[in-house]
Amino acid sequence: MKKVVRGFYSVAYSVKLCRPNVICAYPITPQTEIVENLAAMYANGELGEAEYITAESEFGAASMLVGASAAGARVFTATCSQGLILMSEVLFNAAGMRLPIVLVNTNRALSAPLSIWNDHQDSMAMRDAGIMQVYVENNQEAHDMIPQAYKVAENKKVLLPFMVCMDGYKLTHAYEPVDLLEQEMVDSFLPPYEPAAYMTTKKPLAFGCYAPPHIYMEFRVAMQQAMERAKDVMLDVFKEWAEVSGRDWGGHITVDFPDSKIFVVAMGSVVGLLRKVVEELRNEGLSVGLIKIRTFRPFPVEELREALKDAEKVIVLDRSVSFGYEGPVSIELKSAIYGYSSAEIYSFAVGLGGRDMPKDFLAKIIRDVAEGKERPGFAFKGYQEFEEVIP
Amino acid sequence: MVKILIEVRFHGRGGQGAVTAADLLAVAGFKEGYYTLSFPMFGAEKRGTPVVSFLRISDEPIVARDEVYNPDYVVVLDPTVMETVNVVSGLKKGGMLIANYPKSSEDLKKKVKADEMGIKVATINATKMAMEVLGRPITNTAMVGAFGGATRLISLETLVEVVKEWFKGELAEKNAKLVEEAYRYMMEVCRNED
Repeated sequence: MKKVVRGFYSVAYSVKLCRPNVICAYPITPQTEIVENLAAMYANGELGEAEYITAESEFGAASMLVGASAAGARVFTATCSQGLILMSEVLFNAAGMRLPIVLVNTNRALSAPLSIWNDHQDSMAMRDAGIMQVYVENNQEAHDMIPQAYKVAENKKVLLPFMVCMDGYKLTHAYEPVDLLEQEMVDSFLPPYEPAAYMTTKKPLAFGCYAPPHIYMEFRVAMQQAMERAKDVMLDVFKEWAEVSGRDWGGHITVDFPDSKIFVVAMGSVVGLLRKVVEELRNEGLSVGLIKIRTFRPFPVEELREALKDAEKVIVLDRSVSFGYEGPVSIELKSAIYGYSSAEIYSFAVGLGGRDMPKDFLAKIIRDVAEGKERPGFAFKGYQEFEEVIP
Repeated sequence: MVKILIEVRFHGRGGQGAVTAADLLAVAGFKEGYYTLSFPMFGAEKRGTPVVSFLRISDEPIVARDEVYNPDYVVVLDPTVMETVNVVSGLKKGGMLIANYPKSSEDLKKKVKADEMGIKVATINATKMAMEVLGRPITNTAMVGAFGGATRLISLETLVEVVKEWFKGELAEKNAKLVEEAYRYMMEVCRNED
């Protein structure tokens, strides 16, 4: 049923339909209302047999989920920013232990200075953890992604944590129409979790224990292989979802106007507005297309090579910075298409810490690149000139 | 089909429900068959500090999530906000300022230089109305009613229905009453304007 709901609720309701066994979280803006909604459902007896545990910190929340997941439970948490960073020690472990934890990261900037607003610096810091990352464009996609995340993560070919990344505020706090899923449909799409191995007193096992040099490396190779298999598993799951839900969100990337000379590449909630901007610029005669990266981990290497093979200019809009180099999406994209495309790469860091990205701002970036007013390389866009105090 | 996109900016102070006002209208607009999107511009959300929220109403799916810079309507929940914030900034020519204001529309028109900007102004003493009905100076539902009455985009019946779903018990009844009073008052004000 289509209803106007808040982003938080679109996630919480979908989590409920996935019948989690254990939910454990610590509040942090702009995530709090997701777990508040789940806590209310728990208090109202709507979560069946699920346990809802209030943690003393994100570190504690992630730790409890590792325990619960290792014991064979389907688990959920949500966090962002400093909370995600505090979880990171545990989450690297969760990936190494091959636990299919599903978490929602409501993307928010990192301190310092303290910012509660949206960018992608937090999830990018988890890039190398062995956690799958998908970025969603709107609250319907967030809603739809939760059952798919469980189905991919729990597939025995994969068994890795799955992080659904949704822009804080822009999505979480927005009321918009969402077609809410039905329990029967989710039940038939997502079978109960059957762990490949789990902790029990009947057959004691140890997870994540000591691995000396003669064995450690094999575990890490296995993680990489799981990530590579995840690419295919995701495509199958995405396709099945399109069939059963009637909403086709595409594969690892989506490409608007594939024959264009110039491409804009972006992730997350800005994609919707970019689609409009690109359409308008095409009406002005610019040969510009749009690539939305949905899956950041595993990275869509082959898809980008194919999409950009004849491109002349590629504009990457990053919502975070790897200080000392440039935006991580741009770094990854360059590395992926190296030797397969001769396109010039324009790497721009935009919208950090919630800096708004109005339509005209986005259009100007594309127009300037098209008209040769920009040079390939890295630059920040949309900041005010200032004088540094320290030097 | 004529493509419409109506953009609204709400100004209030933390605690008055400027965010909820936009959200209520998003829910109501959808019930009337529009696509809607509402979202707040969050600051440090303290009681009493100026708060801004946004609403888009369209007959096609809304993809723009940037802030509203050139609104068709500006709704002001607290008259004192106008002392520090230029609420009519970017308001479209022909657009309308709908304000909770204790004095006349004429008075506010002069203050915001409405004629120079080519904008319309409609005022309502929503604080007084809210005090009478709710006993508290929370003006969001009154201004939701005022927006409905001024724009006629959303019917009174739908607004009352949404407010009754949103609030519970006595609060639902009181807020529904407030919406109705403000709606009818503003409809009258705007009829006299035309």
